[in-house]
Amino acid sequence: MATLSERILNGTAGEYVDRKVDRAYVHDGTGVLTLEAWKRIGSERLTDKTRLSMLFDHIVPANNSTTATLQHELREFARGSFMHFSDVGCGICHQIMSEGVVLPGEVVVGADSHSCTLGAFGAFSTGVGATDMAGIWLTGETWFRVPETIGIHLSGTFYGAAEAKDLALTYVSRLGMDGATYKALEFTGDGVLGLSMDDRLVLCNLSVETGAKAGLFYADDVTVQYLARTGQMVQPQVTEPCNYVQELTIDLSEIVPLVAVPHRVDTVKPVREIAGLPLDQIFVGTCTNGRYSDLARFARIVKGKSVAVRTIVVPASKAVLAEAIRTGVLTDLVDAGCTIGTPGCGPCLGAHSGVLGEGEVCLSTANRNFRNRMGVGAAIYLGSVATAAASALEGEITEPEVN
Amino acid sequence: MTAKGPAVCVGPDIDTDLVIAGRYLRTKDHSVWVEHVFEDLDPSLAPLLEGSVIVAGKNFGCGSSREQAAVAIREAGVVAVVAPSFARIFFRNAINVGLPLIECDLACTEGCLVTFDLSEGWVEAEGKRHSIHPLSPRMQAILSAGGLVEYWRNHR
Ligand code: SF4
Repeated sequence: MATLSERILNGTAGEYVDRKVDRAYVHDGTGVLTLEAWKRIGSERLTDKTRLSMLFDHIVPANNSTTATLQHELREFARGSFMHFSDVGCGICHQIMSEGVVLPGEVVVGADSHSCTLGAFGAFSTGVGATDMAGIWLTGETWFRVPETIGIHLSGTFYGAAEAKDLALTYVSRLGMDGATYKALEFTGDGVLGLSMDDRLVLCNLSVETGAKAGLFYADDVTVQYLARTGQMVQPQVTEPCNYVQELTIDLSEIVPLVAVPHRVDTVKPVREIAGLPLDQIFVGTCTNGRYSDLARFARIVKGKSVAVRTIVVPASKAVLAEAIRTGVLTDLVDAGCTIGTPGCGPCLGAHSGVLGEGEVCLSTANRNFRNRMGVGAAIYLGSVATAAASALEGEITEPEVN
Repeated sequence: MTAKGPAVCVGPDIDTDLVIAGRYLRTKDHSVWVEHVFEDLDPSLAPLLEGSVIVAGKNFGCGSSREQAAVAIREAGVVAVVAPSFARIFFRNAINVGLPLIECDLACTEGCLVTFDLSEGWVEAEGKRHSIHPLSPRMQAILSAGGLVEYWRNHR
């Protein structure tokens, strides 16, 4: 039987297919290059604009006048072309696409490697290059090689302070940074039932850190209910037994709080093994862990206390920020001493608002700890929201308590 | 589209740094890349490439996503690259700049004739024919146009 990727792309693993894409999006970084390629093609007319989006998230608001000028040209183009445009302050592209835009069964491409995040909805979603994207602007189509699939079978439920991020770091460390190159990951098993949409988005988000082209969950009741709250009525996808090229089995109850240590995402240690490591900064946010549930969980732990180290919290989107204001989560964060950033990527890519100095150490809830990513000569440890909160209170890497 | 060329054999896991070193990227002059292609792997390779088929080991084109690697190989006159597997970004880049790639585990004898047909889906070497997945119609059209931008310039 066919894997979910094969069903959505309507081909068998290894086959090359031409497909119409249902959603295509770029951000302020890759948008610049796409517009360049678009100019070289020299066309005036875009394909069905309702399927195209441009979302500003990487450097928002602009950090200097060079960036501002590039963004100005891109903004004028987006507005003039009538594609969906989401300006400074609206949030991270993947997050906005996850707030009731991408639907099960869709073919989605983003000009960003973490476009794999949206596989959480049972869509086939992957990153493409800027030249690819310019072609898609023209016709709404592109070619794919249908990937082989690695099945990741989940059982049990989380125990103690472990959360989806710890599970994600577990499978990345088991597969390795190129263990799934060109393949898709499919998350199945009873363990999936207890995972919220936010958990699934975290798991799909990190799939590219194994080299995977996509990470997918089958749409089920959790998906249907989540999308219903955004006004989208969809059907669950039927799961079928299918052929995986490799299988991994993980029992959620065995997952413990983990951190990925510099400078590789697949080099993972239990938090307790490196507890006590002094920190200069905590960063909570990104397309991995900047959702409302993340901010709320962080606030629950630091509420009524004070953080012992510089702590930057960046909501993943305007909707996340608005919810945090409405429920008082934002007040709890500010009262505890956190700094709040503009919805977007924040310091994740090391371009602005929260970059690190040489020799500084940061615990981040993001997905990449590559050398020099958040600042030249700095070290990034990747961990869960609970680990970030416990560590913020102590100013050093700290094992989260069970709550 | 049938084509052929003598095989040039290279090993597995050839990364894009070995295809074209970082020190040659700061130019838009393609002839610089042609001159230095595969220099850090084996400086004697470059003169053999015109009209050849590169037969490589697994994971060809891994590492940095630089599009110049695919351009350098194409501009050097290579007809196609055959390997059991390619790194994902290199794969898309190659098709998009008009360099045919063939996924096949081919035993390589230096200089032996490699013939292939991408629309029919086969590759032949030393009297043995291996079937491969035929490229999609769009991919074939992009390759014959010489790349994605050229393809769309003709079809806009
Ligand atoms: S939050 Fe970080 S990883 Fe996610 S899209 Fe932005 S820069 Fe990339």
